[in-house]
Amino acid sequence: MTAASIAEPGGESILDTPPPTNSRPRGPFGRLWQQVKQAQGFSKWLLWVGAAITAVFIVLAVFAPLIAPYGFDQYMSHGVRFAKQGSPNGTHWFGTNVRSVDVLSVVIYGSRTAIEVVVLAVVFSLFIGVPLGLISGYYGGWLDRILVLIMDALFAFPYLLLAIIIAFLLQNSVGSGVLTAAIAITVIYVPQYFRVVRGQVLSAREEPYVEAARALGARPRTIMGRYLFFNVIQSVPVIATLNAADAILTLAGLGFLGFGIQPTQAAEWGYELQRGVADMGAGLWWTSVFPGLAIVSLVTGLTLVGEGLNDVLNPVLRKRSGRRVVLPRRDAAATTLPTRQGDNRGRGEELA
Amino acid sequence: MASSGGSLRRYALTRLALVIPMVLILLTVVFLLMRVAPGDPIQAALGGKLSPAQLEEKRRAAGFTKPLIVQYVDYLKQVFSLNLGTAITDNQPITTVLKVNGAATLELSVAASIIALVIGVPIGLRAGRLRDSAFDAGGRLFGIITYAAPVFFVGLLFQLVFSKWLNWLPNSGMLSPIDQAELPTHTHLSVVDAIWDHNMSAFIDSLKHLAMPSFTLGLLLCGVVIRLIRTNLIQTLKGDYVEAARARGVPEHKVVMRHAFRNALVPVVTVMGLQAALLLSGAVLTEETFNWPGIGNQLVTYLNNRDYTAVQGIITIFALAVVFISLLIDFVNAAIDPRVRY
Repeated sequence: MTAASIAEPGGESILDTPPPTNSRPRGPFGRLWQQVKQAQGFSKWLLWVGAAITAVFIVLAVFAPLIAPYGFDQYMSHGVRFAKQGSPNGTHWFGTNVRSVDVLSVVIYGSRTAIEVVVLAVVFSLFIGVPLGLISGYYGGWLDRILVLIMDALFAFPYLLLAIIIAFLLQNSVGSGVLTAAIAITVIYVPQYFRVVRGQVLSAREEPYVEAARALGARPRTIMGRYLFFNVIQSVPVIATLNAADAILTLAGLGFLGFGIQPTQAAEWGYELQRGVADMGAGLWWTSVFPGLAIVSLVTGLTLVGEGLNDVLNPVLRKRSGRRVVLPRRDAAATTLPTRQGDNRGRGEELA
Repeated sequence: MASSGGSLRRYALTRLALVIPMVLILLTVVFLLMRVAPGDPIQAALGGKLSPAQLEEKRRAAGFTKPLIVQYVDYLKQVFSLNLGTAITDNQPITTVLKVNGAATLELSVAASIIALVIGVPIGLRAGRLRDSAFDAGGRLFGIITYAAPVFFVGLLFQLVFSKWLNWLPNSGMLSPIDQAELPTHTHLSVVDAIWDHNMSAFIDSLKHLAMPSFTLGLLLCGVVIRLIRTNLIQTLKGDYVEAARARGVPEHKVVMRHAFRNALVPVVTVMGLQAALLLSGAVLTEETFNWPGIGNQLVTYLNNRDYTAVQGIITIFALAVVFISLLIDFVNAAIDPRVRY
């Protein structure tokens, strides 16, 4: 996704002069990658360990049918029923649960469910939250006021309860599968993207480059899409990663309370833990400990990535070994204010 | 939007005025969610148990036969007269649910918050001060893992270790059956009731029951506390006035405790207010894990029984609680930070 891909065809003016060709990466994600590569010390460690853990789960999710020894609801093989609540052994490494299903297979298929739901939920909330935030922040006025009130109300509400109610209400119409869970989780996270993007827009819309665009007669859509969008989504990767981690916990919470994905639809870790409560009382730890550890690992992985990104991208927390200051090619005197030094690489590109 | 100047009183009045639309929006959302939902609440809750004529009677009594807008006005009237209706399934007034189960949730939440602060603040301060040290790394990892572990999983592990294997603590509930029967209720807070009655054994019993649930929930919150305190302290320690204090030769621990700590706490107050949502969500899960008779536990029961009236009443309580907490937090914030004004 580059800046050019969303530029309007009608906007072929001075605003759309292609940036000078150089070897530096273009677009916000190229810039992000540059900063990630510059990460030092603990932040670097956080990022890479987190990425490795997350990658393991993504591989498990994608290749679940190839990796898992049995199906997610398979309770017999070759005409022989598996032992009920059998302890871990050579054939069933993680044992079997109360439904005689292989726990290892459930854990592996569970990562598929978790990642499906989280990807859907994050994409949905980005597509709703970011545009609303842009519009609300840029136009202001009564629309902004109302949206802020609604979003604040949703944001302040205990998120799990909100998700429970939505999942409960959708159970009849949409069913209790991946989509219902994803929608229930989306409702929780839209306000976060909205708030962050709106806040960034509020400060960015008074910047000289936006004023300049406005003075040149750029339409609001162009300003929002071409000038504001790429400047305000800088913090989105951090929130999206942390939200993904949070969404996995919410999904498991829904499952634990019995309002999540039903075991006939897909394997889900939270549901397994709910069934494991009774087993735990009897000392049968494997039915819940393995799904539980899977949740902890995946959430930790995603959180590490999010925290690492935050360290790298947040200028207040950022620490680099050496700071390369790249001066913009034109108008150097006008843009290199001393206070902007640290930010120059990003800004310079905008104005070049 | 934010004009400089203006007194604390003006801020308080503006903030109070903003409560009205917030409450109205939340109540409207609750109403729409519960009424637009497909299905007939009475049929869902009592279908099969009563004859069609009796069901119709119940429906009329609950007001479900009226037009939607009339129901909406009725609902608002009900809420503002502090009457949240009666549960369809067990005929309990929702205000009673609030009093009895709400007390259990309050006890759990307060204990968990105390535990979170007692563990989290010192770790966060030390991690922020010794930034990038081994302690900082360990503290951050601890924070991340306590956050990443679902409360019900931590709860289950505690149950396995402390209840099943070591047999130190009771598995679930709020009081042992004997104390439950003997202890008179004054406040519905078992710990307070035990102290009120000078009942030592009941007091210890209630603490034993409270230990695992509150620690489970406290661990969840303490990750947030550590992260907040650490980040804020790092930012505060970069301030000019901190440099100035150092330049005057103030010892480092005094710089942290006297100069930076208070300022680092200001954002914490705000964010902790927002954590009320996390706390209440965590409480629902903790209550379910430990069979703690709180309001979240009760909500799940009503949801499973498809008791829409009770669910609507409880959700309304949560909505009002959220508005009240955020109002309180903003006032506290305005009182300690002079920059917060409209």
